[in-house]
Amino acid sequence: MLKDEDRIFKNLYNDLGWDIESAVTRGDWSQTKDHISKGKDWIIKEIKDSELRGRGGAGFPTGLKLSFAPKRVGSRPHYLVINADESEPGTCKDRDILRFEPQKLIEGCLITSYAISAHTCYIYIRGEYFREGQILQEAINQSYQKNFLGKNACDSGWNLDIYLHYGAGAYICGEETALLESLEGKKGLPRLKPPFPALVGLYGCPTIVNNVETIAVVPTILRRGAKWFASLGKPKNTGTKIFCISGDVNNPCNVEEEMSIPLKDLIEKHAGGVVGGWNNLQAVIPGGSSMPLLPKSVCETIEMDFDSLIKAKSGLGTAGVVVINKDQDIIKCIARIAKFYKHESCGQCTPCREGCGWMWRMLERMAEGDATYKEIDLLYDVTKQIEGHTICAFGEGAAWPVQGLLRHFRKEIEKRSHEEPVIKKKSNIPYLIDQHLLEKDSA
Amino acid sequence: MSIKKISNIQPESFEFSKENLTEAEKEIRKYPKDRKASAILALLFLVQKQNDNWIPLAAIKYVAKFLGVPYIQVYEVSTFYSMFNLTPVGKYFVQICTTTPCMMRGSKKIVDICKKHISKNPYELSENKLCSWTEVECLGACVNAPMMQINQDYFEDLDENRTEEIIQTLLDDKLPKPGSAKNRKNTAPEKGKTTLLEVKNA
Repeated sequence: MLKDEDRIFKNLYNDLGWDIESAVTRGDWSQTKDHISKGKDWIIKEIKDSELRGRGGAGFPTGLKLSFAPKRVGSRPHYLVINADESEPGTCKDRDILRFEPQKLIEGCLITSYAISAHTCYIYIRGEYFREGQILQEAINQSYQKNFLGKNACDSGWNLDIYLHYGAGAYICGEETALLESLEGKKGLPRLKPPFPALVGLYGCPTIVNNVETIAVVPTILRRGAKWFASLGKPKNTGTKIFCISGDVNNPCNVEEEMSIPLKDLIEKHAGGVVGGWNNLQAVIPGGSSMPLLPKSVCETIEMDFDSLIKAKSGLGTAGVVVINKDQDIIKCIARIAKFYKHESCGQCTPCREGCGWMWRMLERMAEGDATYKEIDLLYDVTKQIEGHTICAFGEGAAWPVQGLLRHFRKEIEKRSHEEPVIKKKSNIPYLIDQHLLEKDSA
Repeated sequence: MSIKKISNIQPESFEFSKENLTEAEKEIRKYPKDRKASAILALLFLVQKQNDNWIPLAAIKYVAKFLGVPYIQVYEVSTFYSMFNLTPVGKYFVQICTTTPCMMRGSKKIVDICKKHISKNPYELSENKLCSWTEVECLGACVNAPMMQINQDYFEDLDENRTEEIIQTLLDDKLPKPGSAKNRKNTAPEKGKTTLLEVKNA
């Protein structure tokens, strides 16, 4: 188990206070000036050496991403945008950073902004996190008062302004180009890539978009050295990670642990075990709702990092671990996730807009036992027609959990399905109509 | 995609209060001078704050004029984002998270309580016109499931008794105390921490 001294977020549960004085005594804002004086290349090299990978879901190497920003500022300014639009079901890690460790994030913003030559940083926070936003704004104000932000921030010679921008309840705005559209005051519809935001981003200017947790660990990496960070976890999967363990466990909690911790340890040691004991475990969604679930046999030995989970045909995603025990109806659980994606699809690409609703309706029927055997293959076909046929990765996120269900729980669905369709009363309704609209209680 | 209904009853006009006018100007200053449109979301939030949690069409026109952007752009934005209400929702708007992690820990019971005490259908005002409720997608407090949001505050670790209490307080026109119903410390494990046992501000 990770030692307490190696944990980056010491105030994860707010035992120590989030205000700037407490944060400074915990070591924030120490040596910031020295790190900046060592230059941009040093900062980016140090992050590259630490092998830090983005914490927002995709796991893209952060050092590499920062190096994509143009080296010289041309006619257009550079921007740093922090993605705090945390909406993935099962994930609530950024919320704790925003409200209890805001100074780590702000310090990270200063260092990263310097590294990519940005003088303006926007933090895009989801609208529901209103209280967290208030705390963050207060923390930003405190940093301005201490001269850690603004002109000659932290005596480093670099000018930086940080602004807070509230989203308004759209999951899709967590996708980086949709987030930029939303920041520009439009609907959150993802853009076609290329051009990538590093060259043409916010207002058409070079922009680097990063997750809250990624940026918040940067100051600690520089303080304690890339070697220290790289020594935790496994090669290419280094450092610490905040895991959110929710669902059917005795003590759901957020906990910061070393990368590559066995899933079983995480559940048994920190979350108080599965409700009804380990043998009552049915499946685990390891990385937020868009990652395929893992059956119990895999959960016994799997280690929680990017590469191990990809080998198990899933992914670490945002490390939101949702534990599902045998008391739950697994098809209903995934059907609810499908409903989530149906609700949150932005509607730009047809396969996703139509397919998500289709998947949801089929899964609901499968859960009720109204589906036929043929439909199981049809459902798989639909997921394959969404995956890879959309502008953004939302299509994959919607298709993968359903594919995971079909991969591991096909027998369960078959048990409930029939050879012939069960024709219900509403046989006069054309199949393609959104049937939920016709039901009174979900109008 | 979500479906938005636009209220049949619309006020004639809308204008920011003096206080919100300064707030609005502060928001616009966050963005480059020629990028005023960026403030649309912030301004619509201000409208909601001033106008009892909902946005009338007159306010959409007002915001468009205020920022010098086309009416349709503000209209688009207000229909796209789920947090903007285009119908009156009452002084207390209860939003219950029903996505999988909350569903597994019993959000349906909470929905049932709301149905019983507030109104039969979502977005329907209670008898005293103070309250309405709806089911929403993940609110990002999954380790504190089940949970709901009332206006801006999160109410976490709910059980049936506490939910009934909260709803009754709302119907009496008072805002109950937000936070965990189990007196749990934020996102720490309920039965004692397993990490960060001896941390101090050193």
